[in-house]
Amino acid sequence: MLLEDKDRIFRNIYGLHDSGLKGAMSRGSWDGTKFFIDKGHDWIISEVKTSGLRGRGGAGFPTGLKWSFMPKADARPSYLVINADESEPGSCKDREIMRNDPHLLIEGALLAGFAMRAHTSYIYIRGEFIRERERLQRAIDEAYAAKLIGKNNIHGWDFDLYVSHGAGAYICGEETALLESLEGKKGQPRLKPPFPANVGLYGAPTTINNVESIAVVGDILRRGGHWFAALGLPNNTGTKLFQISGHVNRPCVVEEEMGIPVRQLIDEHCGGVRGGWSNLLAIIPGGSSMPLIPADLCQDLTMDFDSLTKLKSGLGTAAIIVLDKSADVVKAIARIAYFYKHESCGQCTPCREGTGWMWRVLDRMSRGEAEKSEIDKLFDVSKQIEGHTICALGDAAAWPVQGLIRHFRPEIEARIDAYQAAHRQAAE
Amino acid sequence: MPKDLIIDGKAITVEDGITLMQACEQAGAEIPRFCYHERLSIAGNCRMCLVEVQGSPKPIASCAMGVNDLPPNKDNSPKVISTKSAVVKKAREGVMEFLLINHPLDCPICDQGGECDLQDQAVGYGSGGSRYAENKRAVEDKYLGPLIKTSMNRCIHCTRCVRFMTEVAGVSELGAIGRGEDMEITTYLEHGILSEMSANVNDLCPVGALTHRPWAHNARPWELRKTESIDVMDAVGSAIRIDARGREVMRILPRNNDAVNEEWISDKTRHVADGLRTQRLDQPYIRANGRLEPATWDAALAAVAAKLKAANPKRIAAIAGPLAGAEEMFALKDLFHRLGSTNVDCREDGAKLDPALGRASYVFNTTIPGIEHADAILLVGTNPRLEAVVLNTRIRKRWRQGGLTVGLIGEQVDLTYPYEYLGAGGKTLTEIADGKHAFAAKLKDAKAPLVIVGSAAIARADGRAVLAAAARVAIAAAAGKNSAQGETWNAFNVLHTAASRVAGLDVGFVPEKSATTDVDSFVAAAEKGELDLLFLLGADDIDMSRLGKTFVVYQGSHGDAGAHRADVIFPAAAYAEKSATYVNTEGRAQMTARAAFPPGDAREDWTIIRALSPLVGHTLPYDSINVLRAGMYHHAPQLAALDRVVPAPADVISVLASGKGAVKDDAFRSAVKDFYLTNPIARASAVMAEMSALKKAAGKQAGLAAAE
Repeated sequence: MLLEDKDRIFRNIYGLHDSGLKGAMSRGSWDGTKFFIDKGHDWIISEVKTSGLRGRGGAGFPTGLKWSFMPKADARPSYLVINADESEPGSCKDREIMRNDPHLLIEGALLAGFAMRAHTSYIYIRGEFIRERERLQRAIDEAYAAKLIGKNNIHGWDFDLYVSHGAGAYICGEETALLESLEGKKGQPRLKPPFPANVGLYGAPTTINNVESIAVVGDILRRGGHWFAALGLPNNTGTKLFQISGHVNRPCVVEEEMGIPVRQLIDEHCGGVRGGWSNLLAIIPGGSSMPLIPADLCQDLTMDFDSLTKLKSGLGTAAIIVLDKSADVVKAIARIAYFYKHESCGQCTPCREGTGWMWRVLDRMSRGEAEKSEIDKLFDVSKQIEGHTICALGDAAAWPVQGLIRHFRPEIEARIDAYQAAHRQAAE
Repeated sequence: MPKDLIIDGKAITVEDGITLMQACEQAGAEIPRFCYHERLSIAGNCRMCLVEVQGSPKPIASCAMGVNDLPPNKDNSPKVISTKSAVVKKAREGVMEFLLINHPLDCPICDQGGECDLQDQAVGYGSGGSRYAENKRAVEDKYLGPLIKTSMNRCIHCTRCVRFMTEVAGVSELGAIGRGEDMEITTYLEHGILSEMSANVNDLCPVGALTHRPWAHNARPWELRKTESIDVMDAVGSAIRIDARGREVMRILPRNNDAVNEEWISDKTRHVADGLRTQRLDQPYIRANGRLEPATWDAALAAVAAKLKAANPKRIAAIAGPLAGAEEMFALKDLFHRLGSTNVDCREDGAKLDPALGRASYVFNTTIPGIEHADAILLVGTNPRLEAVVLNTRIRKRWRQGGLTVGLIGEQVDLTYPYEYLGAGGKTLTEIADGKHAFAAKLKDAKAPLVIVGSAAIARADGRAVLAAAARVAIAAAAGKNSAQGETWNAFNVLHTAASRVAGLDVGFVPEKSATTDVDSFVAAAEKGELDLLFLLGADDIDMSRLGKTFVVYQGSHGDAGAHRADVIFPAAAYAEKSATYVNTEGRAQMTARAAFPPGDAREDWTIIRALSPLVGHTLPYDSINVLRAGMYHHAPQLAALDRVVPAPADVISVLASGKGAVKDDAFRSAVKDFYLTNPIARASAVMAEMSALKKAAGKQAGLAAAE
């Protein structure tokens, strides 16, 4: 069963209609916003809790619960920061929201900001997103002009929304590095605790949410938390923007129910894997940092947080990268390892030194230029990075490598054998 | 609320708010670390201090985790922490391996060898061999000035140096550029670091990436004899360790003393070491036919004794310089008194201080740790950044904690913390003293106000009036306030620059009529030919050209201005070569220790004066330094209270405040014009000369006073 049109939240994700205020209002945005605000802070939080919405940025932390960590009475101002630094390779959902449905985000920001008693919100947008920023800014200007947000707006909650443009570093998508960057410092993750809900932006209570998490709030409130909770699977509720790229016939971004089988997703929306389902080698289910899943496990795989965690992978941002059998999987993971080596901030030891080590070994392995004992060494190195770093980039760098070794060890060994066979004579 | 923990099976109750690392140490567990330093902010980036906390899926960096932040167990039982488990051991080995993969194996040629944290911890926590088969990273060395030698291949990116420069030294000159494994520590533009504290980063560097350029490849730490001593480059009296090999002082390092310098020392304190080897006076000289000729001790002593005996006691005088110890000043004063002369003065710069008023009138009453309680500071005619570097660091430390107002009358300079600039000269001071200035109200509203008077301000002709005005400000500011211990708050502080000054005033090395007779009157008398003999005890900063035909005896360690003018030279020991008492600006008596022997025929100062005494017929009654000290302590008991500050009765401040005379409106100038060249030892140091030149070249753009 595919998602019915009546349950779709992102009704202009392909930009077929007017992305401006008028178009957005015709699609239902900004309808009843004042009514929700009049119901109070706690009502919104409880409704989001009811919906079972889990953060769409990758970690899947319950959004309503996260908001409830914000202090109710504090002398400091509260801030809502929206993470639009969508840099995970494979992910491309937030940019579609920002350029085609920006008013969903702006309305969601007002509602979320009100729920956590924040009068100020920042959208930290990725450096490469130039047009997206322009579209978003235009929409914000429209909202200001229509007195939907800003001081003395028609909703009765003063709310300022600023767009801050990043400089294109992947690490600035990590929530505390994002705060550092927003404050004008070098984007390096902070130590936790203290967590941002306690000491965040400029030392004040802050909640950082993904664009998609915020953009769905308006519709959740309009249609009720129970509606959202009824979609998807238990504990993995609602709809989700899936982004399928790689070796499929029609790569796309599509909103679907959580828990949709991956085969259905690829076959119905993407025209199938290039060369047919039997040509599938593996998928990377949640953006480049998630461990890949080989084809034999994909047959009945559903796309939701829990079932992917069971396979030692994760839903991440639901950015599915499809590899068919023409792909050089070792080289692909080596390229991902290079990405993490390049994007490591350099602050803490395991990630700074380990990402380069892993890439160098993988680079050799992709040519077969290695010893078989190095496979275990590589796995051990990745385990020494995982969980020993300040932020999750260390984990993100280690997981793809672990996934490769877990599922494609024979492939690596075969390559090493082939290389050694080819070079035996030269050694003699 | 105290927190119960079980660390390595040992139940322990720790106080609130400490870090897990401190808790583990209290439980007796050793936690390895590189980036953590107790006087710097927590970076948590080396990941060496990982420990296992029950219930946490990942090992936790203990330096950055407060015991309060540990999530409680469901049944409220104490958290179980392990520092020795297999997980921890593996994690440490992993971090160690990561640190070492790109660290060059050049310990045999590395100056840090033998005192290297990485070396030590690799032995303690590393695994046996290396699994890294790729090429190691190569990083270009950076130029960080004449004091810091870099070998950036060795850097482990702990950022201690960056944090020190930004937080403690207060100059944002070091930073990390690049990302990931390409991250590099640099000054961005690769210029020499313009901070008087810069060389401390070499101590902080846990590896050999930053080492001391001046003594590069000169000695191994295990070859050195280490002597704990006291610095005399300024009047702060920083605790130092002098490392010597054979007869030679190889290097000077800071020692920990929370009451004075914490664990920082200025670049001058540290790198003046090469000045101890050059320009030394290593034998006596007598001027004959206009030239200084080498002589024996007997001849030199006899020549001076003959002059002294022949002279009218009213026509002889002695001046003590900034590096003189209390013992030699006491002995020289004793000898002059026995000869019938009180013409001795330790106030070489002409400071209008009168020890007869009482000790509180000439010391830094609030003490250096007391700065940390201050909430308003008025600086009068002083640039503490150059005059007392480490003390300035303490003010900055206080400022960083928030809630400190600083006002400055004098030169508008960069003090590394913001201040209200109140004015250049005496007019502003008078206004504040009369309560007409807005800052007077701020001092009044402060809980713990401080007034700090610079030594140059009180060395002016109107110095007595400056003192009186500052005392009036201090009295008004302190009225009705008590210290944390419940004593009456004393806000009056004198910031000296000469290490000898407070001890000189304590032992009474001043003329009988100290108000009318002083260094200036001695020099004036010499100029007019009314002085038969002038004894310079390491005094080089008076105008030698005005001494006329006076017979000048110079006793000191270095061939500087005084030796140049002298008729007889007594070669003496420098501060690293004798045990002598120095009293810092707070009035804290501290004793140096002998780290090496003086060169050649040079002798410890007090023994020279003792040897001279029988030749003039007044044998001084002490044959050992202990007997001398007994006499000195009898005269000035506060000198016996080593390493402590005995609070001086504050009531004398009101006497000081009643002083007459008006403060002239001339602009106040700092006592230190060139930070690197303030005394004969520093002037003999090639390193100091290089730093001085560097600062002159760069300082003009940076707007630093030292550029003048």
